Amino acid sequence: MPGCLEKMKMEELKPPAGRLANAAPSFDWDALVHDDRVHRTLYTDPDIFAAEMTAIFGGTWTYLAHESQIPENDDFVTTALGLRPIIVVRDSGGVIRALFNRCAHRGATVCRAAAGSAKVFQCAYHGWTYFNTGKLGGVPWPEGYACDFKDAKYNLAQVPRVESYRGFIFGTLNRDAATLVDHLGPMAPIIDQWLDRHPGGRVRLCEANRLKYKGNWKLAYDNSADGYHVKFSHRSLLEMENRLKVGNQKGMSFYKDAPDDSPMYVQYLGNGNHFKDKRPNIEQRPGALWEIEGAHPGMEHFEERLRDRLGEAAARALDLAASEPVNINVFPNLLILGNHIQVLQPRAVDETDTTWYGTAVVDDGNELDGAVDDVNTLRMRTLENFPNFGEVDDAVNFEEIQRGLMAEEDEWIYMHRGLDVPGRIETDENGVITAPATDEVFMRETFKHWKRLMSSPPKLSIQREA
Amino acid sequence: MASAPDPRRTSHYVTNAFYDALVTDFADWQNDDMAVGDVALRDSARAFLEREARLLDRHLLDDWLALFAGECLYWVPATPGGGDPRLEVAVCLDDRRRLEDRVFRMATGSAWSQIPQSRTVRQVTNVETFATGTEGIFMVRSNFVINEFRAGESRGLAGWCGHRLRRAGDGFEILVKQVNLIECDQNLRNPSIII
Ligand code: FES
Ligand SMILES: [Fe+2]
Repeated sequence: MPGCLEKMKMEELKPPAGRLANAAPSFDWDALVHDDRVHRTLYTDPDIFAAEMTAIFGGTWTYLAHESQIPENDDFVTTALGLRPIIVVRDSGGVIRALFNRCAHRGATVCRAAAGSAKVFQCAYHGWTYFNTGKLGGVPWPEGYACDFKDAKYNLAQVPRVESYRGFIFGTLNRDAATLVDHLGPMAPIIDQWLDRHPGGRVRLCEANRLKYKGNWKLAYDNSADGYHVKFSHRSLLEMENRLKVGNQKGMSFYKDAPDDSPMYVQYLGNGNHFKDKRPNIEQRPGALWEIEGAHPGMEHFEERLRDRLGEAAARALDLAASEPVNINVFPNLLILGNHIQVLQPRAVDETDTTWYGTAVVDDGNELDGAVDDVNTLRMRTLENFPNFGEVDDAVNFEEIQRGLMAEEDEWIYMHRGLDVPGRIETDENGVITAPATDEVFMRETFKHWKRLMSSPPKLSIQREA
Repeated sequence: MASAPDPRRTSHYVTNAFYDALVTDFADWQNDDMAVGDVALRDSARAFLEREARLLDRHLLDDWLALFAGECLYWVPATPGGGDPRLEVAVCLDDRRRLEDRVFRMATGSAWSQIPQSRTVRQVTNVETFATGTEGIFMVRSNFVINEFRAGESRGLAGWCGHRLRRAGDGFEILVKQVNLIECDQNLRNPSIII
């Protein structure tokens, strides 16, 4: 909505008032990020974490919410951009905004609900009331003030750039950022593929498996395209999924033997974004994905129902209940994997929330011939598999890394798998880098991007309604 | 005639009718007019829940599984009340086979979330029994506090359970165990123990 920028008052952000510029911690980023390794303090130093919360979370396009969470005007959800509390609202005029959940008076949050519908937000502390555009509507007993409340500074602050890509809402405080679609670049068609397997090319966010670990947020981001850990970190899941020895090898069995010789691959797509594509391991025909789906409640009953009802077409419906074998990782905090939309929320240098939103199929065009409810019934159950039996083990391994990194004198974290191995890594004319499944090139490239952002952080601004 | 499918190997009993009954049975049952005053029933329900807690605290998971009916459900909702599981994911929603998966995984020796294994003590209190429309089937409400120690740290988990129990011989078998964590819709750290 570039048009609405004109009505807005921009405020450029300077070093926090009262803190002298030379008192801010500074770092030699080249000394901390090498070609083959990064320094432990990237995961442990609270000052580096604080710098990330401005230079990266908000400094670059950051995922905020999904449009299906706020389908109607006046709908809102509360979230955070870095550590800033945020209300993502579809205002009364239909514009999607990311308001700072921070009263312009003395700073209380103006909304405590996780989600809802509201035309106005009234601060509970002294009753200042804001429209859902962020504009101040009124304050109690205004005759006690000499100021002009039409001054924009009394309206809620908001994120100056908010854009959506096919339902995924992002925001940035960098007014000069490229458009979201340019920023996503080659990630955009990968997100398209993930959406376009669904009727109408869309999904609806639903409830989530919500996890937390005591570790740095980058441990989860590093993990999200890591094909090296699967056989080890998820050994119990691989054994469990195949314990009954029915039909094909289930789940991620293609990691068991020689994953680098398999047709799956990992890609780095610029701006910190990466992609693990496991689809080539699976026959490209309807029903093939369902055949490797692990056991879950109702599986056989609903499969029979769908086959009775749809005949041949049941294969596509069942594939929609099966977990899509991709990891689409949009830096810094959006991980689309299987049928999940996983969101990383840093809480502290050593604490991170990972929220695994489920997604449901929406079939307004009745492409599934009335079967959408059965598909979603199965899909809710397949969604539960990985958070229950896979992610809990990764999360504990992340915590053990955080614990190991307390060894102060042992400084380096290596990510050099594949580096300098002849013929292993390919870069195409668009700069997209492709490597075998267990390669760590995606991490190395992400840290180059991270270093660029941290060494020359974008200029940040907020805006308020004029 | 084909024999009934084995719920340990296939999931045929989790049907729309099963979900309908689940949603209905767990919607509105904790009412004074359905409370059963019978002290003997309450006492036997309490003894049953205390034994269940002991089996879990002692990691006797196969014995714990044996408390459940063949066609059963272990359900930890991710929203207060649980809603309709056909429309939302749960923290855990295990039929017989998935419950056995869960127990199997713990025993693999590589379920890292339980290495080292949690030590727990459970307090089960406030046990109340309620009648259902069906003879021999009762609902039991209880509160729990679990102190969990793992990897050098202690923490607490609290909430209440709704057990749907069927009389079996001298005791009961569990048809459904619904675990309502007070923080069910929040981000949970390492929710890998059976609650
Ligand atoms: S802090 Fe909001 S009205 Fe005073
Ligand atoms: Fe993993």
